[in-house]
Amino acid sequence: MLETLPQLIVTGILAGGVYGLLAMGLTLQYGVCRVLNITHGEFVMLSAVLTFTLCSELGINPLVAAAITGPFMFVIGFLFQIILYRFLRARSPSQPVFEGSALLVAFGLMYVILFIAQNEWGGLRLPVYWLTQKVMFAGMTLFLNQIVAFAVSVALGVAIHLFLSHSRLGRAIRATAEDPATAGLMGVNTNMILAVCFGLGALLAGIAGPLSAMITAPSTTMGFQNTVIALIVVVLGGLGSVPGSFIAGIIIGIVSLLVMGLWKPILTVPVYYALLMILLLVRPAGLLGKK
Amino acid sequence: MDITRLFTTHRKLLLTVFLVLLLVLVATVPLYGGPYHVSVLTFVLVYIILALSWAMFSGTTGYMSLAPAVFFGLGVYSMALLQYELPFPIIMVIGGLVSFAFALLIGLVTLRLKGMYFAIFTFGLVVFMNKIIEYMETNIRGQHGWAIAPMNGTMLLYTALGLAVATVFAIYFIRRSKYGLAMMSIGGNEEAAAHMGINTTSVKVLTFAISAIFMGVAGVIAAPKLGYVNTNIAFATTYSFMPILMAVFGGIGTLYGPVIGAVVFAYLELMIRNELPSRYFQLIFGCLLVLVIILLPNGIAGLMPMLQERLGRLIARLGKGGQAEQHANT
Repeated sequence: MLETLPQLIVTGILAGGVYGLLAMGLTLQYGVCRVLNITHGEFVMLSAVLTFTLCSELGINPLVAAAITGPFMFVIGFLFQIILYRFLRARSPSQPVFEGSALLVAFGLMYVILFIAQNEWGGLRLPVYWLTQKVMFAGMTLFLNQIVAFAVSVALGVAIHLFLSHSRLGRAIRATAEDPATAGLMGVNTNMILAVCFGLGALLAGIAGPLSAMITAPSTTMGFQNTVIALIVVVLGGLGSVPGSFIAGIIIGIVSLLVMGLWKPILTVPVYYALLMILLLVRPAGLLGKK
Repeated sequence: MDITRLFTTHRKLLLTVFLVLLLVLVATVPLYGGPYHVSVLTFVLVYIILALSWAMFSGTTGYMSLAPAVFFGLGVYSMALLQYELPFPIIMVIGGLVSFAFALLIGLVTLRLKGMYFAIFTFGLVVFMNKIIEYMETNIRGQHGWAIAPMNGTMLLYTALGLAVATVFAIYFIRRSKYGLAMMSIGGNEEAAAHMGINTTSVKVLTFAISAIFMGVAGVIAAPKLGYVNTNIAFATTYSFMPILMAVFGGIGTLYGPVIGAVVFAYLELMIRNELPSRYFQLIFGCLLVLVIILLPNGIAGLMPMLQERLGRLIARLGKGGQAEQHANT
């Protein structure tokens, strides 16, 4: 298959949609709950592998599976916040201390989830089989599953953005992100909001999982890479900025496809990293971050 | 005789005696222990160095560095590349200097960043180094991994011991100096520290680089023990998180905390790796990390004052009669 430059760019944009979704979850969790959730990639991995199991056992398609894994991850994220992070937050003397310890707790959880998944599914690599038809579009060969995954990501991204900016609950979430103490005084149940928010982040991971399972072969080792991508995208877009992370996701998608197509696949992470380094030096707050 | 009073008045003396005894104990292990014990002890000492040098920077300034694995890996790779070219002590110096220079560079780039950005950056650095060195290996050498010739265990033990003692002294003197105070004030409130006339960036960068020296040399010492290394072994994220777990478990603010943590967890790690399939290490390590951070935020060292107080109260209650008499006299 001849891979032309426009083809790579369009495929990159399509792949970037899922990255954006991934990063949106992480940015919600960091921006509101102040937990830099290193476990995020493992949530994606877990839901991707679950999707495969659901699809092969029940014979449903990945998009239906997403409707199961998403809420499932929401519950897990909700419980994590209610049980662990809320407790940690209450007893930390200051916010930086809380952020540091929350990061370490997340890292511990990452290992636990990884263990559970590897115990259950082993080191298997699962095939991609759903919607693999080719679509010809303006001289480019695209796959239908990529287009569907991108469309779902964009729809969800827009939905989340509208939810945060227009709904009552979204307003409460933004208020809590801004200043939890004052939001609490105004009658917002901040503990509940934080838990919902963390759950929402996990839900996005739970939907990003099936979507990435549609595009690339899911395996139990995919989590860490997803975490790294999500972190870089989030920093690129500005920690805490939801639209920023979506745009940054698409940029990273294009970059990754260009590096993979024109250069060496092994260099994708170093290239992300170089991007991150330059960006942190030039504009530490990210593309759409505040200040 | 009031035992708690003895502890408070002669604390320094007691501590010194204890430390000297400990040193003698460790130094004489090769005389009566087998090669296995020597090897275990070297492993523990390497972790002690990593945990202490992590606490040296992150414990005082409050910047969460997730980069110990990077400097450790640089040390391991210096050894792998130079083992047949140069004598061991010179490789140690080179390993330290390489880590120092790299940390200086990273510090200059990143330590202007505040809070979480620094943690993210150092976290990514581990992955970055892993991939970029793997890339260089495949393209230049055409082969992954390096075999490292085993070395005399006793010699390695003494080297590790010497380095551990040097780390302790370095931390002790840095904390006592004006410089240490500057670091503490950065940890307390960075903006205020800057207003007091502390050049916060240079203090942070320099401490970061100094702590990296010890991690680099620890890598050089650990390399012959590893036997075979590739990028995934030398730059494993556990080398970042184990020292943090150890330091947090023991108590970051003290000198003895990270040492206690390192001893406990290094033995635990060896036990798990010997007894169970290696993936159980992940599970237990993960659970412990969560539990320690939630239940022991100030570490064992945070429990000490509480225990001391309880003990003191208990003793006071037992010797109530004598105590009352004393009060009457004074």
